[in-house]
Amino acid sequence: MSLLQVKNLRVEFPTRRGTLVALDDVSFDIAPGEVLGVVGESGAGKSMTGAAIIGLLEPPGRIAKGEILLEGRRIDNLPYEQMRRIRGREIGAIFQDPLTTLNPLYTIGRQLVETMTTHLPITPAEAREKAIGWLELVGIPAARERIDSYPHEFSGGMRQRVVIALALCAEPKLIVADEPTTALDVSIQAQVIAMLKTLAREKGTAMMLVTHDMGVIAETADRVAVMYAGRIAEIGPVREVVRQARHPYSQGLMGSIPPLDRRVERLQQIDGAMPRLTAIPKGCAYNPRCPKVFSRCAVERPELMDAGTTRAACWLYAEGQS
Amino acid sequence: MFSFIVSRILQALPVMFVVSLISFAMFAYVGDPVAIMLGQDFTEAQREALVRDLGLDQPFFVQFATFLGNAVQGEFGLSYRLSRPVAELIAERAPATLELALTAAFIALMIGVPMGVYTGLYRNSWLSRFFLTFSLVGVSLPTFLIGILLILTFSVWLGWLPSFGRGDVTRLGWWSSGFFTWSGIKALILPAITLGLFQLTLIMRLVRSEMMEVLRTDYIKFARARGLSNRAINFGHALKNTLVPVITIAGLQLGGIIAFAIVTETVFQWPGMGLLFIQSVGAADIPVMAAYLMLIALVFVTINLIVDLLYYAVDPRLRVGRGKGH
Amino acid sequence: MKAFFDSDLWWSFTRSPVTVISAIVAFICIAGAVLAPVLAPHNPFDLASLQLMDAFKPPAWSSEGDATYPLGTDDQGRDMLSAIMYGARVSLLVGFAAVIFSTLVGVTVGLLAGYLGGKVDALLMRIADIQLTFPSILVALLIDGVVRAVLPRETHSEVALFVVIFAIGISNWPQFARTVRGSTLVERNKEYVQAARVIGLSPLRIMRSHVLPNVMSPVLVIATLNLGFAILAEATLSFLGVGVPPTQPSLGTLIRIGNDFLFSGEWWITIFPGVALIVMVLSVNLLGDWLRDALNPRLR
Repeated sequence: MSLLQVKNLRVEFPTRRGTLVALDDVSFDIAPGEVLGVVGESGAGKSMTGAAIIGLLEPPGRIAKGEILLEGRRIDNLPYEQMRRIRGREIGAIFQDPLTTLNPLYTIGRQLVETMTTHLPITPAEAREKAIGWLELVGIPAARERIDSYPHEFSGGMRQRVVIALALCAEPKLIVADEPTTALDVSIQAQVIAMLKTLAREKGTAMMLVTHDMGVIAETADRVAVMYAGRIAEIGPVREVVRQARHPYSQGLMGSIPPLDRRVERLQQIDGAMPRLTAIPKGCAYNPRCPKVFSRCAVERPELMDAGTTRAACWLYAEGQS
Repeated sequence: MFSFIVSRILQALPVMFVVSLISFAMFAYVGDPVAIMLGQDFTEAQREALVRDLGLDQPFFVQFATFLGNAVQGEFGLSYRLSRPVAELIAERAPATLELALTAAFIALMIGVPMGVYTGLYRNSWLSRFFLTFSLVGVSLPTFLIGILLILTFSVWLGWLPSFGRGDVTRLGWWSSGFFTWSGIKALILPAITLGLFQLTLIMRLVRSEMMEVLRTDYIKFARARGLSNRAINFGHALKNTLVPVITIAGLQLGGIIAFAIVTETVFQWPGMGLLFIQSVGAADIPVMAAYLMLIALVFVTINLIVDLLYYAVDPRLRVGRGKGH
Repeated sequence: MKAFFDSDLWWSFTRSPVTVISAIVAFICIAGAVLAPVLAPHNPFDLASLQLMDAFKPPAWSSEGDATYPLGTDDQGRDMLSAIMYGARVSLLVGFAAVIFSTLVGVTVGLLAGYLGGKVDALLMRIADIQLTFPSILVALLIDGVVRAVLPRETHSEVALFVVIFAIGISNWPQFARTVRGSTLVERNKEYVQAARVIGLSPLRIMRSHVLPNVMSPVLVIATLNLGFAILAEATLSFLGVGVPPTQPSLGTLIRIGNDFLFSGEWWITIFPGVALIVMVLSVNLLGDWLRDALNPRLR
């Protein structure tokens, strides 16, 4: 059974100019231990999906339709207190900027201990020992000495390691990592992502890895979901999507990554920009930019459909569908 | 820690120096002290004697140094208006003002902080809206008008509480206290509320806005994502971070209580330093004004120092020298 | 103009009934004050028209009231309503002038300190700190006291209005300076300002066209909130008897005069100017509050 199931998720923001649909009809599963990469341009709804899963959508955003199930149990409509017990314990989260995600007034040890004592039946003393263990696991040198340091005494990369330890320390089954390396130095990104991947694998933790960096996805993910304008454009095994994307948008996205094995004259680029949420075109949201657009695209909105080894929301693959 | 305190004291010195300079300038150049002290008829010899006596024939820096030396010993000369030593006048009035200010500060903090936390946490509850409306009315009401309204209600109409004075005081050495008699406490109620109300609303609004600011930060979102209890997030993480800016501004505000006491003391004819000061301003009694100025500066510098120390205790980022590098 | 009515600011304005009401009230107060010579039923300064017989008349609705004096009269037979309108004029004049004064001083100092940095910054902020050490009401009192000691009494009442404006204005500039300096520091390090520097724009021009617009909205908020404060400060000084000269009574002066009659039952002489003062300051403060929230998008 899937660990996480997201079914037809729709997130809306009521605003003065009517309701904005930030996510629409988003469906995907994550299996235990699996890493699902989520890519797309800024504003495509990647982070919003993550926030909806951990139940921390910023008001006035709200889930208008659909379900989120964790191990078959619905979690999108739980009361705050029950959802709180799931956050951290069942679903951990990693945020983007390690400089702002740690409370500056508490030592990292205290922040780790309070997370563990909140969720696990252990004493503070035991939690402290485990905290040292976690700091070692995420690669903080001299963890025993540094556990009583404050966040400002660490560099950005080290702080993100602490954040990862905080996300993992109550041993959740799923981690929602929202751009976990974007704010870091390029030289450190690879180290941190490799550490995260290894740890997830060792602990058998599944992960939803939100990023706009296709390189990170290709390195880390098992499957990948490509998002565009609040919907999933394509989802499939990472190798398939990277090598042979089916959706014209994913093809464009993959074409913009410089390949290492051959020289290309010019990287591809996608003309135009993603529509704003206030002005999503009728039919397929990508149709004004799509090189393969045809009449149907501007009229009807495509659902995800089988497209060889992946599933794509594109009328090009409509044959064979009922 | 020690070097921190020393550096803060060193920073405070220029403030005291500038204030002394202003006080001295007032003392030496505003009005003609000799004429005021001699009154109507005097001979030229008397005048010269007094000039020599007061050291007014000395060069500026000598005069200033003498002034500073006297000031450090609490010596500010004679009041023009009352012909008594200024230090004596102030020492007589200080307990009244300090008791009033401390009571007002206590009311402001004990009520203002919890109200601010509540309105910051539950932004949309009807009680929060009520508190906010109340606070807006509070900052829009001038202190003297609050006093007048309280007197009108509780003294003139209801006749419950006295409208002026300190009631009976108990002498404890040179200190006179109104805390130990029923009439002293009754006399303290209205002035303390009047003086504290404005600070209360300010502190409440300040705590509220800081709380809301902090609740939006990433580390609070991350604390929520870690599944910490609301209590731990609101009162552990959020409140502590809120305190950092609140300490500074609340400190300054509480210092302001001493100054606002001028108004409250006038309305209630409270026999404190503020009333003395306002009477001195009206009579251009420079020695009292100069001494009061320096005293207020000293109070503020002390409060600032305490604020800095609290800051130091709360915020680890200030404790430099502990960092072990990156 | 169309852009203004389409803006978020206008939208949030129309959405808040309290704000709309306070804007209307503030407008009425200002209009009533400015047009006092035209609108007021009596001229309280025309000594010839004062009738001592009419002194201490209670408001028109009470049994001994007189319809010509809707809010009653004071100890000299002055019509309270007219006195309040003229008094509000003085209060508003001092308030606006003091705020403009402190805005000018504060913004200039803040921009200089933030942009130039280094020693200039340290010196200017040190001065601001020292001044902040003293509550503004005390600064204003001291300035007034010194002027009083220096000038002979007759000259003093001639310049008293300016002294009050100066005293209140000078006591508030550090708040502007600090805010502007903070924003300037942030803006200065942004890439577009760095770029403007690199292409060799003069500092003055960078400050005017790049930094200044970005610090205007906090300045506007502080100025609005300070207007309420300045009006209160003036009222307080006048209540203490060291504010505007008695020949130009402001609301604070009227309250002080009325305070003497509080115990003898003539409450209206104090209460009506007091209510006028509260209504005026409250509406200004509500506007300032709304403006602060509306211009701070994160709070929405």
